[in-house]
Amino acid sequence: MSVNEKELRALVERMVADLMGQAPTPQVKGADYRPMEPGPSAEGGELQDIAAIDLRRLYLVPNPKNGPAFLELKARTPARLGMGRAGARYKTETMLRMRCDHAAAQDSVFSHVSEDFVKAQGYIPIHTLCKDKDEYLTRPDKGRRFDEEQQALIQKTLGQAPKVALVVGDGLSSAAIEANAADCMEAIRAGLKGFGIDAGPTLFVRYCRVGASDHIGELTGAEVVCMLVGERPGLVTAESMSAYLTYGARIGIPESKRTVISNIHRQGTTAVEAGAHIAELIKTMLERKASGIDLR
Amino acid sequence: MREQLTSVGIDIGTSTTQLVVSTLTLENRASPFTVPRVAITDREIVYRSAIHFTPLLSDTVIDAAGVRAIVAEEYRKAGLRREEVETGAVIITGETARKENARAVLSALSEFAGDFVVATAGPDLESILAARGAGADEYSRERRCKVLHFDIGGGTSNLALYENGVLLDTDCLDIGGRLLKLDDQGRVVYRSPVLEPWSSFVPALGQKVEAADLAPLLDAMTEVLEKAVPEGVKVLSFSGGVADCMWDPPQNWLTYGDIGPLLGPALRRRLEGAGCELVRGRETIRATVVGAGAHTVEVSGSTIHCREVPFPLKNLPVLRLTEGEERGDAAALAAAVAKKLSRYADQEGLCQVALALTGAASPSYQRVTELARGLRAGLEPLYGAGHFPVVVVERDMAKVLGQAMGGSPLLCLDGVSVREGDYLDIGAPVAGGSVLPVVVKTLAFSNSVPGGERRERRDL
Repeated sequence: MSVNEKELRALVERMVADLMGQAPTPQVKGADYRPMEPGPSAEGGELQDIAAIDLRRLYLVPNPKNGPAFLELKARTPARLGMGRAGARYKTETMLRMRCDHAAAQDSVFSHVSEDFVKAQGYIPIHTLCKDKDEYLTRPDKGRRFDEEQQALIQKTLGQAPKVALVVGDGLSSAAIEANAADCMEAIRAGLKGFGIDAGPTLFVRYCRVGASDHIGELTGAEVVCMLVGERPGLVTAESMSAYLTYGARIGIPESKRTVISNIHRQGTTAVEAGAHIAELIKTMLERKASGIDLR
Repeated sequence: MREQLTSVGIDIGTSTTQLVVSTLTLENRASPFTVPRVAITDREIVYRSAIHFTPLLSDTVIDAAGVRAIVAEEYRKAGLRREEVETGAVIITGETARKENARAVLSALSEFAGDFVVATAGPDLESILAARGAGADEYSRERRCKVLHFDIGGGTSNLALYENGVLLDTDCLDIGGRLLKLDDQGRVVYRSPVLEPWSSFVPALGQKVEAADLAPLLDAMTEVLEKAVPEGVKVLSFSGGVADCMWDPPQNWLTYGDIGPLLGPALRRRLEGAGCELVRGRETIRATVVGAGAHTVEVSGSTIHCREVPFPLKNLPVLRLTEGEERGDAAALAAAVAKKLSRYADQEGLCQVALALTGAASPSYQRVTELARGLRAGLEPLYGAGHFPVVVVERDMAKVLGQAMGGSPLLCLDGVSVREGDYLDIGAPVAGGSVLPVVVKTLAFSNSVPGGERRERRDL
């Protein structure tokens, strides 16, 4: 590590310590604590799974002027509106749900797509140059390339110059892949078949960045590389998946040549309808020999 | 992406004939990085005709040549050519729809209408178009309330009940401002046959009357309208010529040669007295024609599946699966669909129909194929009869369902909500082929018709 980096790190550490110092934890003595409402009781039953509550149907403001109208507005947005408050703070329920969703987002980044899932779908598992999740998160460049052994496997699986290479990559959300990839890929395959386009086996790429498409394109000469990949999760959903489609993918191709369909999840575009749309998009790309901004 | 459609509305009513030209703007409202979502983002009226009296040859015959001349002249003034008209509606409304030659008049106007223009006579669509033109649906959506809209014209009152922007019911009553016509001396020159039940207090032809003489008739008419207000509905909205007279009656009540200038204020007094909130429509005398010109067409969802479909499709009767039928496996679905088809065929022979269902919220691909197999098998007889399957799903799944069903011709569209007994018009794809213009012709739902007889639906 160079001197400059060391200095930088020390500076950041000081800043973080300062910031934390600015927000002292309030000291509430046990005797001061008087709950405004009775808490949930676990007596004779189980506590409710707060993650199972549909936030769009949850409205916590007491005595609203028009609760049903607010709920109808809420149905159109995942934003945490109408959550009420306890004094100046979140209600306990809201605060716990926030932490819960945050934890789910982190989990989906750090967990792996199960091998059983990959096997059950008949995907061919490969991996990028990354050794583990930590390297994957800190070295995006390594998530875009394959070693020689994997390169050979890719070429063997897809053959030379296929029309379409279908790829599923874990990306930043394993949960997104397990929730959506199977249905979406089945719809893509069936749609392509309807257009008379046969696709080879589906690759599953562990530690996958979108740029891995380019290496796969370069290795196989596939006309279109279609990659389903887990999106960086947020607090709305940890299960959102994107499809990146590249015509004539090769190493160094500009990002502007990619077409992306994002927000594929239960509350967004559903996996199956997205799959049908993607199949048609692939057909259009093959006809027009273009993707990304060239396709407009 | 931005595309504009030219839409024309022509309303041939009991008393007036009008025309508007509007521009509908279609835009993709989704971000470029998601599946497209095309919607009508603007409905701008670019031309409003003068308000002409509907030319009549007699009490029962419309002057078709006269109507044609009015339309031709208004097209010329608007600078509009027939080829430019992409959509809209020609509607014969009110008492005029009952005239002997209503159908002939519509066909006389067909040369002005494009391929995808709805031509209809009768009260069902009229009620909805008037309410939309007056903005009653929006009012109810924005205020989150029930609104009963009255479009009170010369011969009829068309009612549409909305709750939170959703249509609940339509109705049509034989109450209008021109059921009785008078000359400038106040002598009765026309008495509509629908006034027959009240003949004891309706002045006879040729009789000279003062405003006060008509009080019993006005009382009876406004009572019918008041009785049409369902329990719990407090907000009433108004359009039609009589609506203008509710707020701004002319100085001389004989100005229009009818009883509209008396009916309006009498109605307002009565309903305000009953504690209702009265709203003047965004459009009044032009509400129906604005509705026809700018609010007839909706667009389907943006992921559709269509193969070799001979557009436009017109007057497709809707058969709707129940929630229970929808949940069945492929065999049960096929049986349910086949049963619906055959029951329909018994009545009128197997014609081109549309099958409607709600669809699943986020189905697995396996469920989609199950559904596709069932629908495909159930709808197979359509191919045999020279028709093809048209499937209308509410939820966003038409493209995958269509691809899974396969076959050609085939049409699957989503984002459209229709009920059993509705009729559908579907135009050729617009906005780069991604959406279909759709007109849902909803039938009146209620069976109780206070003060008026239910009229037959007549699609021409």
